Amino acid sequence: MFPVEFEYEAPTTVEEAIRLLAESGGEAKILAGGHSLLPMLKLRLAQPPLVIDIGRIAGLSGVSEQDGGLRIGATTTETAIQDSELVQRLCPLLSETAAHIGDQQVRNRGTIGGTLAHGDPAADMTAAVLAAGGSVTVQGPNGERTIPADDLFLDMMTTALEPDEVLTSVWVQTEGPRTGSAYEKFANAASGYAIAGVASVITLAADGTVARARIAITGVGSKATRASGVEAALQGKRADDQTIAAAAEHAVEGVDLIGDLHADESYREHLAKVIARRSIQRAVGRAATKS
Amino acid sequence: MTRIITLRVNGKSYENEVSPRLLLVHYLRDVLGLTGTHIACDTSQCGACTVMFNGESVKSCTMLAVQADGGEVKTVEGLATNGKLHPLQQGFWEKHGLQCGFCTPGMLMSSLNLLQRNPDPTPDEIRHALEGNLCRCTGYQNIVAAVQWAAQEMKAKPAAGVAE
Repeated sequence: MFPVEFEYEAPTTVEEAIRLLAESGGEAKILAGGHSLLPMLKLRLAQPPLVIDIGRIAGLSGVSEQDGGLRIGATTTETAIQDSELVQRLCPLLSETAAHIGDQQVRNRGTIGGTLAHGDPAADMTAAVLAAGGSVTVQGPNGERTIPADDLFLDMMTTALEPDEVLTSVWVQTEGPRTGSAYEKFANAASGYAIAGVASVITLAADGTVARARIAITGVGSKATRASGVEAALQGKRADDQTIAAAAEHAVEGVDLIGDLHADESYREHLAKVIARRSIQRAVGRAATKS
Repeated sequence: MTRIITLRVNGKSYENEVSPRLLLVHYLRDVLGLTGTHIACDTSQCGACTVMFNGESVKSCTMLAVQADGGEVKTVEGLATNGKLHPLQQGFWEKHGLQCGFCTPGMLMSSLNLLQRNPDPTPDEIRHALEGNLCRCTGYQNIVAAVQWAAQEMKAKPAAGVAE
């Protein structure tokens, strides 16, 4: 399959990328790892006049500690996140989630910035960044701004990024003491995309009750979203199996459920609850063993 | 508008004028004539087109040739050295890791990526690492055995599998 002809630019600075984007009137597409964009170009679902490859901009990839969290450059690959010692130690949820994405070859090319800017409703990293209390930094003609992950995903493949903005980095909170995390998913056997995926970050108080729960769900609705009903049901409670199972019943509260040939709405709802329970159980187990 | 790209493929330098929409797999097959890299699903799923790019396995149907500009590609044609099969190729031979052979070039390149990351993988780890490569003949059993054979061989004779 051949994409429609397009012009190609590979700027070496973010400023140049933004200028090219502005000149195209927002019609150009940004290319990072290309594992969402290239399939769309090949299927001709996207026919941009210009593709701006940000893969050659120095400083857009890599992981560093910043402001009590981790800053991850937009073009950092999923493999790099999976392998990063910093991520494994300070935000293991992200390396665990990265390992669930696609397959090895896809992870070698796919980037965290690409997956978040694309906003696929069945992506994995979207839920992880939500549960990790994350945010993204975007840059446009008028400078830089930060968008909390909670405000990033608007609808199916629609994010809060303006057409003239480029996502430059992702920030996630460090998982502190007595905090455990987990990403659990039921994957489409062919594509590997989540039919239901749940990311959990749980902090236990000294007395073993849940001091803070951040749970996010993907694959079930038009966008990844916080499962606030589940969070509320866990808050302040002792996280035993019964409480967790009861909380997981709220997994799709407020979600506009998707039904398709892979899973109809009621099956997705069922899966979401099961996956939520498993995700929370594992996160709680990890929190309990972490001083 | 076309662009000039310069890259190394299997240790040899190339410079070509290409259209931005040209996929890396078509560049390798149609421009360079390296037809060992196969095209099957063309949708980033089957892994038949897997090559190494800058030391990591990639699906060359999901990468533009212009993205490879300045980089280093290794295809199945670059595995054997001086007419001697790479231990992975030898392993697929010894353990009957193929029947029709169509998926084999991609299987070999993904296995190479695996053994670089993990020189002594368990059968489970091999299956997990090859989840992005589909085989419709073997049922995978002999492919796993072939990769294990190669891992043993490369442990016994480390020089045999040294990547460039």
